[in-house]
Amino acid sequence: MPTWDYAPAPESRETARLRESYQMFVDGKFVDGSGTAFKTINPADEAVLAEVAEANQSDVDTAVAAARRAFDRTWGRMPGRERSKYLFRIARLIQERARELAVLESLDNGKPIKESRDVDVPLAAAHFFYYAGWADKLEYAGLGPNPRPLGVAGQVIPWNFPLLMAAWKLAPALAAGNTCVLKPAETTPLTALVLAEICQQADLPPGVVNVLPGAGATGAAVVGHPAVDKVAFTGSTDVGKEIQRQIAGTGKKLTLELGGKAANIVFEDAPLDQAVEGIVNGIFFNQGHVCCAGSRLLVQESIADELLESLKRRLATLRLGDPLDKNTDIGAINSAVQLAKIRELSGIGEAEGAQRWSPPCALPDRGFWFPPTLFTGVSQAHRIAREEIFGPVLSVLTFRTPDEALAKANNTPYGLSAGIWTEKGSRILWMANRLRAGVIWANTFNRFDPAAPFGGYQESGFGREGGRHGLEAYVAH
Amino acid sequence: MHRSLSTDSAIHAEACRVDSSDVTRSSTVLGTQPREFGDAAADATSLRRFLHGLPGVDEVGAQARAAGLFTRSIKKASKVWALEAAIGMVDLTTLEGADTAGKVAGLCAKARQPDPADPSCPPVAAVCVYPDLVAGARSHLVGSSVVVASVATAFPSGRASLRTKLADVADAVEAGADEIDMVIDRGAFLSGHYKTVYDEIVAVKEACGPAHLKVILETGELSTLDNVRRASWLALLAGGDFIKTSTGKVTPAATPPVALVMLEAVRDFAAATGDRRGVKLAGGIRTAKDAIRYLVLVKETAGEDWLTSDLFRIGASSLVNDLLMQRTKEQTGVYSGNDYFSVD
Amino acid sequence: MPTESRLSVRKTYKLYIGGKFPRSESGRSYEVHTPRGAFLANAAQASRKDVRDAVVAARKAFAGWSGATAYNRGQVLYRVAEMLEGRRAQFVDEVGDAEGLTARRAESLVDAAIDRWVWYAGWTDKIAQIAGSSNPVAGPYFNFSLPEPTGVVAILAPQKSSLLGLVSVLAPAVAGGNTVVAVSAQDRPLPASTLAEVLATSDLPDGVINLLTGFTAELASWLAAHMDVNALDLTGVAVADRTELERLAADNVKRVFRGAADPDWTADPGIERLIAYQETKTVWHPIGI
Repeated sequence: MPTWDYAPAPESRETARLRESYQMFVDGKFVDGSGTAFKTINPADEAVLAEVAEANQSDVDTAVAAARRAFDRTWGRMPGRERSKYLFRIARLIQERARELAVLESLDNGKPIKESRDVDVPLAAAHFFYYAGWADKLEYAGLGPNPRPLGVAGQVIPWNFPLLMAAWKLAPALAAGNTCVLKPAETTPLTALVLAEICQQADLPPGVVNVLPGAGATGAAVVGHPAVDKVAFTGSTDVGKEIQRQIAGTGKKLTLELGGKAANIVFEDAPLDQAVEGIVNGIFFNQGHVCCAGSRLLVQESIADELLESLKRRLATLRLGDPLDKNTDIGAINSAVQLAKIRELSGIGEAEGAQRWSPPCALPDRGFWFPPTLFTGVSQAHRIAREEIFGPVLSVLTFRTPDEALAKANNTPYGLSAGIWTEKGSRILWMANRLRAGVIWANTFNRFDPAAPFGGYQESGFGREGGRHGLEAYVAH
Repeated sequence: MHRSLSTDSAIHAEACRVDSSDVTRSSTVLGTQPREFGDAAADATSLRRFLHGLPGVDEVGAQARAAGLFTRSIKKASKVWALEAAIGMVDLTTLEGADTAGKVAGLCAKARQPDPADPSCPPVAAVCVYPDLVAGARSHLVGSSVVVASVATAFPSGRASLRTKLADVADAVEAGADEIDMVIDRGAFLSGHYKTVYDEIVAVKEACGPAHLKVILETGELSTLDNVRRASWLALLAGGDFIKTSTGKVTPAATPPVALVMLEAVRDFAAATGDRRGVKLAGGIRTAKDAIRYLVLVKETAGEDWLTSDLFRIGASSLVNDLLMQRTKEQTGVYSGNDYFSVD
Repeated sequence: MPTESRLSVRKTYKLYIGGKFPRSESGRSYEVHTPRGAFLANAAQASRKDVRDAVVAARKAFAGWSGATAYNRGQVLYRVAEMLEGRRAQFVDEVGDAEGLTARRAESLVDAAIDRWVWYAGWTDKIAQIAGSSNPVAGPYFNFSLPEPTGVVAILAPQKSSLLGLVSVLAPAVAGGNTVVAVSAQDRPLPASTLAEVLATSDLPDGVINLLTGFTAELASWLAAHMDVNALDLTGVAVADRTELERLAADNVKRVFRGAADPDWTADPGIERLIAYQETKTVWHPIGI
């Protein structure tokens, strides 16, 4: 019987200033969509949050035309010094409306308020802040003496970090002088639309940013539009491949940020307590809805038992529940569809012979929930070691030597990220040199910064977001 | 797993009470190792190898974990529980050159009844004074559950011969101290003479007799979290009942990552031996908010079993008034002021 | 209520040291006039001891400022720009008076100064990316080079350009993590004093920038000889006086920046001043299992 239960500590829902309906944002104004309005729900209780306009093909045409006009007449010829100040304004406005955005994000996405407040929103502001400073320094970015924008960028983003992904797409594109047509995910359109409002408050010229809610069809229309010069997509590898096929032969520039099955490698001399935190953060942060999640734990066999015992003890302290409760660690799964996928693959894990474990966990009656789950006795041949589950499910494998860890870590068509846990500096560098992954975390995990480039090898995509390198995608040399 | 979507479950509103008669604290047999650690302290080399073989602590990761736990939001009934628990875990302290019998009398009165306006407020766990004031303190605490802790071993520096330090302990024990807060020899520790430090703790434990021993590591001087981990294990192996962060005379004193590492040490020690030892945080904890945050750290690191004054203490002086003010605010709904509580 | 002309409350112009506004410990002041000779104000005339105190303040602030994240420095500097913008009208008046300019000309210089500050605010988290490198050495070592701020930079600000020139010499030093003791234009010190007020009301930590008004030649020699100053910017020093200062600077091997006295401050500054006050640290670490 616990001695001390934490009382509910909910963040106020009113702060989100939720409206009954949301329009799309085209050419500087909020207007009705010509498609069929759809509903967005709160995955924690399945209640409808709002009705959202859907952009159909004709809306996409209008938006792209507006973006093209804005590029030709205003944004594309504006001195970088002035573009920079717009982006600084947007960064500041995000900071000013931070709590509103955080609560709205937790309602729409299901992630704990602790994460949207402490990670998503501050990083989004920081991204605009960072790229604001590049807008008037492009000639110093190592992209040649005369870097020029590409034109109109069509950008499609996923549901796992809705506001942050919008920031990752818009900030570098705008800094480089492009205009944007952004399609947020159909289950999480709201914060992107508030970001559009922020663009209005910043007096951003009409057409520079357009936000078109919708689902796959809207995304395909944006990607396929002939007047879009550059396509940026973050989402599943399957859809990424589709997009790559779709734009083949069109001459459009493309960057993709896709899935992963990252290995989190723990050596016997790892700082164990921090390694446990890194493992937990790696796969249970954001309910595991993270492309770079440490979804494969590779633990050196000599410490495997000890580590797993610590890990299980730690998992028992995780708090699952109301995303708006400030003490919640694990929120809701974003949709019924995603929950079904997670359940399916977990079932496959059991069928394949791995041992499944979750801490005792009471799930709320309504909403989409999945307890943090471990599979031990997993081998590289198992599907749960190869396929991205995109949920709070960790597959645990063992290794004996660094070479073996390396071989297993690299044995995947993905290559987004990896983790290395050891106190030995030379081994960190040796492993980092040989791991085929675009982001390598040593003695830490899931650290993001606008100054640090992020992106994958192989089927995890190409192109980098963040840092000086992040400008590359949006500039013609 | 905890489900935070629940409606308010009944939260205990009782404070922790230290009742000496039914305290069941374990202590090791003097000078012998817990069986699980075999010959770890057999000689200087073995001890060094053991301590240096403990897993390292990544400082950034430890800071981040502690900071994350510090974002917990403790409200309503759980806040009231925490405030009362914290009051009952305080070692109300005065360790000044200028201390007098009068000062100690005042301290003891406050220890017995911290809130002059509310007799239902629990007493603190202990008072903590210099050895020559122990007898006086005892006389003012007759009939109370508040125990007397005494610093000893040439507190705070520890720079004296072992003979002097043991005599210091003997004086305090003879005067009736229930608990002895000793300091380790940091010079010996930092120069790698772990066995010296170990042997001194064993000797002091013997001199304590029935009194319980808290071992002050002076973590601010140890500087690294690896050292905090090593010193914690060293003190536990040597038989300390409590490991304590600081003398309160050196900054930094108790900090979140230091507390985290020490709580991990007692947790892991208990897991290996079945023997639960305590942690005392002293110095730098001034607000009720901080005290509650540290209780969260205790609960989510070592576990709820440690949420008792038998296993967790906070050494403080001004903290008590902030705890009382917050407790009053929870009861009355309005913010209070310093004039409604006693000075010292 | 009859309207009568109202007497204004005149400002006392003091030094800015360690986040505070002391008068000169010497008690001295000197008269400041417009280029046409009209009296503007009495400015504090800083002394050797004020220089000493300013360097102490700058040194004290260095660990915190250089240890802050580049992102944090960028945020703080952007906030300074917000405060500058808030006082735009005041600066337009003061620059106009100080330099004998029309309001229109003064406005364009003030706008340029604010935008220049914003430009530098955006550099803080990018200097390492353009001036640092990972070096492909011929052995199993990870080798990287990073810029690091040099320390306390003493700056003799331009004599003619009282705000834009001042901003252009201050901002690159602090954007890079250095702390500064600056001597403003001798005959045109008032915009610098107002800039000090801007700095004091932003989030800039005390002592990161210290501003002294007074006689350039006198103060420059104390700064050039000061053994706890790491770098020296000679921009505001007359050419005839520079040689002696460079000799004094050699006593602790100061990094000396021989800035042009009166360039076109509206032109793109380049990265010369950003890099000038950075050391380069190269680190080696073996790569092996």
